[in-house]
Amino acid sequence: MGYVAIADRDHEIEHHDPQTFISKYVWSQDHKVIAIQYGCTAIFVGLIALCLSAMMRLQLGFPDSFSFINPENYYQFVTMHGMIMVIYLLTALFLGGFGNYLIPLMVGSRDMVFPYLNMLSYWVYLLSVIILLISFFVPGGATGAGWTLYPPQAIMAGTPGTEWGIILMLASLGVFIVAFTMGGLNYITTVLQARCRGMTLMRMPLSVWGIFIATILGLLAFPALLVSAIMMLFDKTLHTSFFMPAISSAGMDPGYTGGSPILFQHLFWFFGHPEVYIVALPAFGIVSDLLSTHARKNIFGYRMMVWAIIAIGGLSFIVWAHHMYVSGMNPYFGFFFATTTLIIAVPTAIKVYNWVLTLWEGNIHLRVPMLFSIGFIFTFLHGGLTGLFLGNVTIDLPLSDTYFVVAHFHMVMGVSPILVVFGAIYHWWPKITGKMYNETLGKWHFWMTFLGTYAIYLPMHYLGFQGVPRRYFAMGNTDFLPASAQDLNAAITVSALFVAAAQILFFVNVIWSLKKGPKADPNPWDATSLEWQTPDTPPKHGNWGHDLPTCHRWAYDYSVPGYADDFIPQNVPPDIAPVGRDHEEDH
Amino acid sequence: MPLAVVLILLVVGSVVFHLLSPWTFTELASNWGLIDFTIDVTFWVTGTVFVLVNLFLAYCIIKFRYKKGARATYEPENKKLETWLTAITAVGVAAMLAPGLFVWASFVNVPEDAIEVEAVGQQWHWTFRYPGDDGKFGEVDAERITDENPFGMDPDDPNGQDDILVYSAEAHVPLDTPVKFLLRSKDVLHDFAVAQFRVKMDLVPGMETFLWLTPTKLGRFEILCEELCGIAHHTMRGAVVVDEPEDYASWIAKQSTWAQDSMKAAGNAQVGAAQFAVCAACHGQQGEGMQALNAPKLAGQSSWYLKRQLQNYKSGTRGAHADDVFGKQMAPMAATLVNDAAIDNVIAHIETLPDNPAPSTVAGDVGNGEKLYRVCSYCHGADGQGIRAMNAPRAAGMSDWYLARQLENFREGIRGSHLSDYYGFQMGLMASVARDEKAINDLVAYINTL
Repeated sequence: MGYVAIADRDHEIEHHDPQTFISKYVWSQDHKVIAIQYGCTAIFVGLIALCLSAMMRLQLGFPDSFSFINPENYYQFVTMHGMIMVIYLLTALFLGGFGNYLIPLMVGSRDMVFPYLNMLSYWVYLLSVIILLISFFVPGGATGAGWTLYPPQAIMAGTPGTEWGIILMLASLGVFIVAFTMGGLNYITTVLQARCRGMTLMRMPLSVWGIFIATILGLLAFPALLVSAIMMLFDKTLHTSFFMPAISSAGMDPGYTGGSPILFQHLFWFFGHPEVYIVALPAFGIVSDLLSTHARKNIFGYRMMVWAIIAIGGLSFIVWAHHMYVSGMNPYFGFFFATTTLIIAVPTAIKVYNWVLTLWEGNIHLRVPMLFSIGFIFTFLHGGLTGLFLGNVTIDLPLSDTYFVVAHFHMVMGVSPILVVFGAIYHWWPKITGKMYNETLGKWHFWMTFLGTYAIYLPMHYLGFQGVPRRYFAMGNTDFLPASAQDLNAAITVSALFVAAAQILFFVNVIWSLKKGPKADPNPWDATSLEWQTPDTPPKHGNWGHDLPTCHRWAYDYSVPGYADDFIPQNVPPDIAPVGRDHEEDH
Repeated sequence: MPLAVVLILLVVGSVVFHLLSPWTFTELASNWGLIDFTIDVTFWVTGTVFVLVNLFLAYCIIKFRYKKGARATYEPENKKLETWLTAITAVGVAAMLAPGLFVWASFVNVPEDAIEVEAVGQQWHWTFRYPGDDGKFGEVDAERITDENPFGMDPDDPNGQDDILVYSAEAHVPLDTPVKFLLRSKDVLHDFAVAQFRVKMDLVPGMETFLWLTPTKLGRFEILCEELCGIAHHTMRGAVVVDEPEDYASWIAKQSTWAQDSMKAAGNAQVGAAQFAVCAACHGQQGEGMQALNAPKLAGQSSWYLKRQLQNYKSGTRGAHADDVFGKQMAPMAATLVNDAAIDNVIAHIETLPDNPAPSTVAGDVGNGEKLYRVCSYCHGADGQGIRAMNAPRAAGMSDWYLARQLENFREGIRGSHLSDYYGFQMGLMASVARDEKAINDLVAYINTL
């Protein structure tokens, strides 16, 4: 049995300390090592997906120029880029990476409550990644069905990778979901059961709140994807007809009858929409903490922020069919889903206001994590506002399936979360590695990424207005598009390659820091949350030395009047900061 | 400080880009001006929020940037402010949602007097069906689809007898008349989208979907498939031609009904043999082709394909391009076939000719050609035998030098750039797989091995 690090047992000495290199770094049960394993694997596959997007952009910007890109592998690049980025990079990185690292440290626990399961979660995730990557090399290659994998075409001739690619894709998703479930149960149980003394739910940092609610969403949403993956596997291999109506494909009757392609879309988006928030909520939480810390000010409207996270999480389950306005589902659904979708804009807008109001009358340090956080506010606001176009069913008619959609979702769940990922990595880097990064390189990395991505995606919206469809290998000549649309495409490609190349700066910084970086202060940002108060940096196995911390206040006691320092760590007892006590009652 | 300046510049730049850039909505050609209106309302609301929030953000960064000795204020909450912001946001959201739902209601309810046109999608083609004089469509069924009955018509349904089946990617509709497009797919998901009409809808196999609009401008408007439907998704194009009502009526009158189509006599090979004498002068007595005269092998080529090409030559859809030297020679020859019956007769004769594989004249890297051919195989078949349902003619065993030249013509736009040549347009996009002479030779060399 693993131990349960509940607060009452803080004097028990743990017995699963790693003994060897293997058990310390490979088959590790330490949440911090597992977090790093998750993070490195996710970033590795993310780089593959980045290369795939570069290939796509080369074709779109300069069609007919590259003999190694043809319609077949183009659609494979499109599909794998999307799937990897959404699932294997962002979901894994935010929950498996940041979730693993931050939850126990921020709630004052020694580890996740099920360390062995946690280790398994990573290795099963790695297996899903391996299965995914193998699909590039099987006969017929990876699936080219688009990341949405819509049947019938996902399993019918006419789509690349219908021999083995789609089977491995579905299998990999199934394995990923198993891994996620093992991790997810762990995160939730840890948050609910393993908080240190005094760490009430409403004292938790918003990072934990975001990750916690996102995990609950994941546990409720991923089963829909799992069953649809299994059903499609059956349709493909056993010739069932869950999603397959009677069709005539390339002049042949494949023998299906009676299934519904739209059923798959409902299942997929019942997962797919919450998935957006599985990625977004951790980003919301993390960016709140970054803004607060570097502005030396409490997050504005903490309780409202918590409730907004919960409200968005709840609402995210009743908006899914806004991805399907023009899918051919009963058009009357449009009224309902447009209304719920626009309602979700209200709690989301509140979050944006509160981030900005957190900066109001702050004392803003424009360090690298702060730059990324403010960049996030800009891109997320932009992406959120364009969501109001697409969510409003009428406007979706002209814009659905155009580059406007591509631009929108890349702003909102590509660029924005990635800016938070980088901000978070820079922010916690000193704690994770015990080294400082190079500030100048970090700033260059920010500027090139931030400006470069805006140069990619702002113009892309306008291609959508003109009516350029997404997922087109080439436009060819059309009457309604001016020739300049192609020039715009070429410019977008140049920006995209620029942004891709700029990421080298990040890796240079990582290597520089690990080799030559100066030793980091245990709490270089003067932050209040518990992870900065560990006795060791990086924290050792068990995190807290002999005694678990006790939490005495919320995570945002910055610049409390009458107190000498401009921050009071969560584990500082009230009597040391007498003036802060008034607010103590509220939180 | 640079961050604040950059944010302000980005805001100003975005607004300027929006107002001044040449890339904006394609001009409207339907009744859906209300969609554009809803978009305008949304632009005003969201644009205002975008500008205000970002300028406020920039202001905060300037005003409250780190100063030694400065201290942030401590203000955990401000109920009043939060309530106000929530309320204003809700009003803004309602202002956008209300027109949206209102317009959606009119999209969902089709006018009573709308004429009906059925658009049928398949990988990677459009065809159309009109209900005929009775105004009713006959039953169709995917399981009844064959090469001879590509719509899957039910022969026993009286409503279907006068249906007009349009084997072309071009639909005609009358100006200023509401048109309800019924959408049907034979195989996978597709999407019927015309940028100028604003509305779009998926085609879903196993069910019928719809959209409606009233065309308000004359002209030809391109249909794009906008739901990923496989490797040639981007080539799935068609057009809606908006005519004056009288032109539309005369176009309809010229179309034959399904019953008439079904009763057409087959071609007469003996009559065709006499006509073929003209062809034989270049293509050879056995239709074996003569490279010296730039005449490809005909024997063994798919009949439906020969027929379409002859029709294309006659109508100027093919062989009219200035650089299509040999096509221009063929066009007047095709004109000697006075009508479709004559074409059918000649083709019936060609069907009787012995199909011996044409000699190989093109050499290349077969291994590389095999890789290139993967993309071709989706339509032309793994053996290059051609697939009628995909409108893809036979490639294997035919004149290889001719194949090479056509690939080049497609790629260069010498063939397939005529507006009515939808299949040629597709090949134009797909021929980009063979980018240069070597690639073409490799590809054709591989086809020779099939």
